[in-house]
Amino acid sequence: MRTDDLVAMLAQGAGAADRGLAARRVLIALGVALVPTLVLMQLLYGVRPTLAQDAARWMFWVKAAFVAAIALAGWAAALRLGRPGAALARLHWLLIVPLAAMWLLAAIELLRAADGGRGALLLGQTWRECPFRIAILSLPAFAGLFWAMRECAPTRLRLASAAAGLCAGGVGALAYTLHCPELAASFLGLWYVIGMLMPAAVGAWLGPRLLRW
Amino acid sequence: MSDDEDRLRGLLTRGLEGDEAAYRAFLDALVARLRAFLRRRLTRAPDEVEDLLQEILLAVHNQRHSYDPSQPLTAWLHAIARYKLIDCLRRRARRELLHDALDDAPELLAATDGEAREARRDLAKLLQALPPRQRLPIECVKLEGLSVAEAAQRLEMSESAVKVGVHRGLKALAARIRDAS
Repeated sequence: MRTDDLVAMLAQGAGAADRGLAARRVLIALGVALVPTLVLMQLLYGVRPTLAQDAARWMFWVKAAFVAAIALAGWAAALRLGRPGAALARLHWLLIVPLAAMWLLAAIELLRAADGGRGALLLGQTWRECPFRIAILSLPAFAGLFWAMRECAPTRLRLASAAAGLCAGGVGALAYTLHCPELAASFLGLWYVIGMLMPAAVGAWLGPRLLRW
Repeated sequence: MSDDEDRLRGLLTRGLEGDEAAYRAFLDALVARLRAFLRRRLTRAPDEVEDLLQEILLAVHNQRHSYDPSQPLTAWLHAIARYKLIDCLRRRARRELLHDALDDAPELLAATDGEAREARRDLAKLLQALPPRQRLPIECVKLEGLSVAEAAQRLEMSESAVKVGVHRGLKALAARIRDAS
């Protein structure tokens, strides 16, 4: 086929472009992933019986806001990186601000703790399981986001897929707050971050294969 | 240069809103610029210019919804062209690892001038190999020039199935180009 014929073919009946396609796909993916995420959460770990009491503590909501903010940062970065040539510009603040805030809280908490209590704050009761559970709960959102990202055209594949993975990690962590008993900022700033980084790392690893276009 | 950017951006913006003549003018203007861009960068493989040019045009078309009019057009186009160029060079490097390195002698004869020549890869053949749900809508809408409604009637498909078929078919075409070379 000659190039002129290709141009004619592409222009013929092209119609209006669907500008919101990628953003809409991502929202659909996250919405659809919600159900399996919650089912997985209930089947594997179960909602805490004391959830109602926990919800009265401000740290419970700080925790939820923290992981939701990380999910939001990943979501915004993935969509931005899904446009060829778009710069991240100031989007990295969306990631830095919640992380810095949580680490600041953790530092205050550790400074105020008694000498013997710091280890307990950092390790909590569930540090061994926590990151893996977050990673497992991020699977539905991970699958959905990578399906949605196929409508995007990322030119920096590793970075874009790490951002999508991070968003999935945030969603998984948000679901896990329904089970997780830990409320110490030191714990959240360490193990939750590791848990959310795991799907981001898997994304960065698989991205060049999953998102090639 | 910036006049050019403004003019092309205007054509594309109108094209994205559904003005086919403007979109066609945009693609035509793009072809000339891309060909020059690729000739400068593929001096050692001039016969790949037209193939890659077609691949980039298809990518620009398939991803046209990702253009944000508040973004510089050059940055968007350059990112797509560069991505496809790197992809092409990588594939070629892999291919050349399998065969012996190219001799130097043929390069002496490799002409760089000239008219738009035929691409070596025939997109029409790749198109023929697509599954009917994608191939038929493309043939009706893109090659015969039927409207979506007419194509839907002839193919006994819904209008949205025709649109989806065209969209997915052109993306599948891009994927086949990528995997075939």
